[in-house]
Amino acid sequence: MLKYLVRRLLAAIPVLLGLSVVLFAFVHLLPGDPVAALLGQHATPELTAQIREQLGLNKPLYEQYVIYLGQLLSGDLGKSVINNRSVVSELALRFPGTIELTGAALVFAIGLGIPLGRLAARHAQGWTDGVVTVISLLGISIPIFILGYTLQFFLSVQLKWLPTSGRLDPRTHLDAVTNFMLVDSLLAGRLDVFVDAVKHLILPAIALGSIPLAIITRITRAAVLDVANEDYVRTARAKGLSERRVDDRHVMRNAWLPVVTVIGLQVGGLLAGAVITETVFSWNGVGRYVVEAIQDHDYLVVQSTILVFALIFLAVNLLVDVGYAFLNPRIRFS
Amino acid sequence: MATATAPLGRPLTVTSSARVSRGLWHDALRRLLRNRPALVGLAVILVFVAAAILAPLIAPGDPLAGKLVDRIKPPGGLHPMGTDLQGRDVLTRILYGARISLLVGIVSVGLGVTMGGLIGAVAGAFGGKVDTVLMRVVDVLLAIPGILLAIGVVVWLDRGLPQIMFAVALTNAPIFARLLRGSLLALRESDYVVAARSIGASTPRILFRHMLPNALTSVIVAATLALATAIIDVAGLGFLGLGPPDPRTAEWGTMLTDATSFYRQAPWIIFFTGAAISLTAIGFNLVGDGLREALDPRLRH
Repeated sequence: MLKYLVRRLLAAIPVLLGLSVVLFAFVHLLPGDPVAALLGQHATPELTAQIREQLGLNKPLYEQYVIYLGQLLSGDLGKSVINNRSVVSELALRFPGTIELTGAALVFAIGLGIPLGRLAARHAQGWTDGVVTVISLLGISIPIFILGYTLQFFLSVQLKWLPTSGRLDPRTHLDAVTNFMLVDSLLAGRLDVFVDAVKHLILPAIALGSIPLAIITRITRAAVLDVANEDYVRTARAKGLSERRVDDRHVMRNAWLPVVTVIGLQVGGLLAGAVITETVFSWNGVGRYVVEAIQDHDYLVVQSTILVFALIFLAVNLLVDVGYAFLNPRIRFS
Repeated sequence: MATATAPLGRPLTVTSSARVSRGLWHDALRRLLRNRPALVGLAVILVFVAAAILAPLIAPGDPLAGKLVDRIKPPGGLHPMGTDLQGRDVLTRILYGARISLLVGIVSVGLGVTMGGLIGAVAGAFGGKVDTVLMRVVDVLLAIPGILLAIGVVVWLDRGLPQIMFAVALTNAPIFARLLRGSLLALRESDYVVAARSIGASTPRILFRHMLPNALTSVIVAATLALATAIIDVAGLGFLGLGPPDPRTAEWGTMLTDATSFYRQAPWIIFFTGAAISLTAIGFNLVGDGLREALDPRLRH
């Protein structure tokens, strides 16, 4: 197991290096004068000189890359050109919001997707199956921003059941400790704020979770149907086990593997989806940070944030693969 | 006893029905035309394609200029889908928007399949070091989640339709590279490729005559499904303010962003534009799923 882990970690190194080259190129090979392109309408002679110095643009390209790599390895992601704030501290402030949102979306997608998939498989080709198929078709076909605005319009604006946007009621005062609203509200002993935070989470989580919901439902259905035709399932039934026991002990235990893999694969999509969801619901997370940076032409921020997203994506994939190898010994030794 | 006369390029399975198989594509087409959801999807796509082609003829208004007296009119009368803040007819803009969405979607998936296919084919055909290097490049591209890569590219190359096409193509390319490489590697060991090699067929002949046609089926299915995602991603870029440089352009994503600032007063713009994007995606998803079933009859669920 350890050997497998080490092998996978080593395999991630060239990908990370490649990524750093691509992102380095992103800023340094911007068409035209990179500093002018970076600064856009913010260009002033002083700022231009400062950025030129900061990026070390007078040195040869490979030397610049080595410096950039050194900065990355020491955890320096650069500063915003607009307000000179360090990207790392901005990300630290905003990541909890994105984690809360993607976590809630994943809970929604898994919590509903797996039961729906099992239900559809049990009644394969029946009307329940049909309904579930339509739900998953809509889930992958309706873009997040459309589902988001639709939910917002009907449930918040018209029916006023749930808040329209943000992470908390703006009138609430809450001391930021972890920046996870769900945690901070409990730390402050404010149950009402906790409930408010949950209410704010519901719509964005549904909008963001709709695509993984559709995919998890489909995979669960297919995985259960695949296993349901196996000899050992027939044997289990033949020896008189209850349907429930067959389901839990023989079908699901083997259907889990593809489902777990697919859940892991959703993380990249969730991070990308968060960019759009956070824009729709004015959610103060990393996604909105990127969009604001794009609108401000703050390319260093865009570059660094994409790098962090990719890092998370790679780390999660690694975790999933390791978990998969843990569940399935055949992978480990191949 | 059934004599195995299935044409090359198709696994030798003896079908239980007495009907003579007339080749993979013929069989697939027949299965596709029997698949009702796929037919619905095909009809939806055809409607949008027709709308895109005929937009200048059937659109009731001007997509770019509107009269201020007509601003924010609810659906009805002369404007079946209402008007927007500038008094432009929403139906007209949706019809013209279909041109951009379909064109950009098709070109970017086509370009993505070509780029990815080339990488995958070279990697799968050569193997060894070439394979390792190419697949690491693919890994780097895959590490950046979908639309973020597209965002990065459009920000980098500046806004514009060709840039958007290239950006979305680039998010698709690694997927197709992996797909084609995987199929080719699996096919290399298959019985009929080994058989073709053993009777002395040349490498190009084996590649083009036996391997690519078989690998193609999964590429076609994936490309159809990728069209749905591409159209959503293009609209997503427009939604994030990275659409065509001219803000007046009738592009679905840009129309949505414009509508969000006053959607409480004019919810119909988001509703109709959203329906257009979703329906197109539904169409391609239905056809893609239908093709998958039609091309691989073993996949019944």
